[in-house]
Amino acid sequence: MSDGAIEADGLRKAFGQVAALDGLSFRAPAGSVLGLLGPNGSGKTTTVSILSTALRPDGGRATVYGLDVVADAALVRRVIGFAGQFAAVDPNLTGRENLALIGRLSRVGRKEARTRAAELLDRFGLGAVADRLVRTYSGGMRRRLDLAAALVHRPPVLFLDEPTTGLDPESRLGLWDSVRDLSRSGTTVLLTTQYLDEADALADQIVIIDSGRVADTGTPAQLKARFGTVVFSLGFAAAGDTETAARVLAAAGYRPERSGGRLRVRSDSGSGAVAAVLRALDGRAPDPVSVEVREPTLDDVFLARIGAGIGQGGEAA
Amino acid sequence: MSTSTLAVTRSLVPRQKLPTRLTAALWDTADVAGRNLRSLLRTPQALVFATIQPMIFVLLFRYAFGGAIRVPGVNYVDFLMPGVFAQSVAFGAIGTAVGLSADLRSGILVRFRTLPMVRVAVLGGRALADLLRNLAVVGVMIGVGFAVGFRPASGAGLIAALALVIVFAYAASWAFMALGLRVSDPEAAQAAGVPIVFLLVFTSSAFVPLASMPGWLQAIGAHQPVNALVTAERALILGGPAAGDVLISLAWSAGILIVFGLLSVRAYTRMGR
Repeated sequence: MSDGAIEADGLRKAFGQVAALDGLSFRAPAGSVLGLLGPNGSGKTTTVSILSTALRPDGGRATVYGLDVVADAALVRRVIGFAGQFAAVDPNLTGRENLALIGRLSRVGRKEARTRAAELLDRFGLGAVADRLVRTYSGGMRRRLDLAAALVHRPPVLFLDEPTTGLDPESRLGLWDSVRDLSRSGTTVLLTTQYLDEADALADQIVIIDSGRVADTGTPAQLKARFGTVVFSLGFAAAGDTETAARVLAAAGYRPERSGGRLRVRSDSGSGAVAAVLRALDGRAPDPVSVEVREPTLDDVFLARIGAGIGQGGEAA
Repeated sequence: MSTSTLAVTRSLVPRQKLPTRLTAALWDTADVAGRNLRSLLRTPQALVFATIQPMIFVLLFRYAFGGAIRVPGVNYVDFLMPGVFAQSVAFGAIGTAVGLSADLRSGILVRFRTLPMVRVAVLGGRALADLLRNLAVVGVMIGVGFAVGFRPASGAGLIAALALVIVFAYAASWAFMALGLRVSDPEAAQAAGVPIVFLLVFTSSAFVPLASMPGWLQAIGAHQPVNALVTAERALILGGPAAGDVLISLAWSAGILIVFGLLSVRAYTRMGR
């Protein structure tokens, strides 16, 4: 018997002919933050929907604190909070009314629902707009309200589907803080994201999924070590030049990758590697016409991990 | 899983006394209905259009077309108003489909599915809210009717007729929820609902006597729920034998409610499978 607060074991789900999940397994220990990282259409939303009982798997099994999400769905709903990809709050109710409604429907009792609504509105900085209709809220305010709605009944397990997509940087950081607070107070959090930096900032454990399968898993530090700390991309005047430079760099011990007519090089030694790479090229290949240096993105990670074909799949929920 | 884990797990589930399923269903239905009514009152445009449209029909048919429509032995305005009541609630039913599909698209139904609420309360609550909305609209239409000369033969007949209208409206809202759950897009719900309602209302005797239509159309018009409702309303409002027509209309409403009620509940509870 394991101590996973959330466990998925061989989950499968198809929408028509499209397999959204194809044998997905992972587990999150109680009190941890698990980041489910993947491109659009990789099955993140499908996974969260199944774990939060909104969707039934075609095969496999998932449990929340040992409760089966299909057989014990009614009990699971009492221990989970769920905030989906779009702020699922009613624009024609006030913030306070939204929270009180969700509270009552979550069986916390009418009085407690009112108390919790007031608490959460303050905690998420919505006290001043509590009695304004949500249709007058900004996107960031709606998202915060949506997260608050998932917390009215104090769930020990929280599912967040792309909680910061579409948020401005400040709101994004605010939401990160909220997730950290929840985690500190013992809540098990599973969040999906397309952003490596977000998974990096929040997750104890990252599960990278692609085409409904686990492509890789590890702590942020482990993954980063595997994928390098800096990526630079070199542009050349002619295709022949690119070819030459690729040969030269490979001979110098780098692993250059072709990507859209450019050469991409990963390195663990930070931006200091730029000088080293340019030195390696100096005199042996034509000078690059452009050099771009950046942190690895999810694209880099994926391209390195499972090659081409990423981001070409359909949007499978 | 071991029993000890299960015990730990159960202890996580809040321990407060749970209401019985029926009590829970009633509370949840009331909560959802309250939410929908608030929504409705805060989009007054929707409510205004829901009443302006039938008002325009009253004025058009009372004053513009009415003079050209001959209904033997009856004052046309008394013939017209039962049709207008039926038309108001039939058009209102489109709003039910649109509202539900908007909920479907906004993602709020997904959230509802992850809550420990009684699932069908989402449908029951909407049906209840729309029932109250229909009552308000019909109330306004009675006022408009009296203002343009509508005089029912008896108050009791009028009340009985309005009860029939409300029963029909309730059944129709379940039918249009089944539609709203199928299309998951408010515009599509509107586009699908309008022709259905137009066809039913305008092939019925709501505005003109069936006798003025060609025979093939009469055959269609005479055998559909809106016509059954209008016919029964007229019998009650104008006076005369009404029992048979009332039973036919109630049978239509009961049939619609059972068939589409089951279809809606099934579609909703199976969502996500």
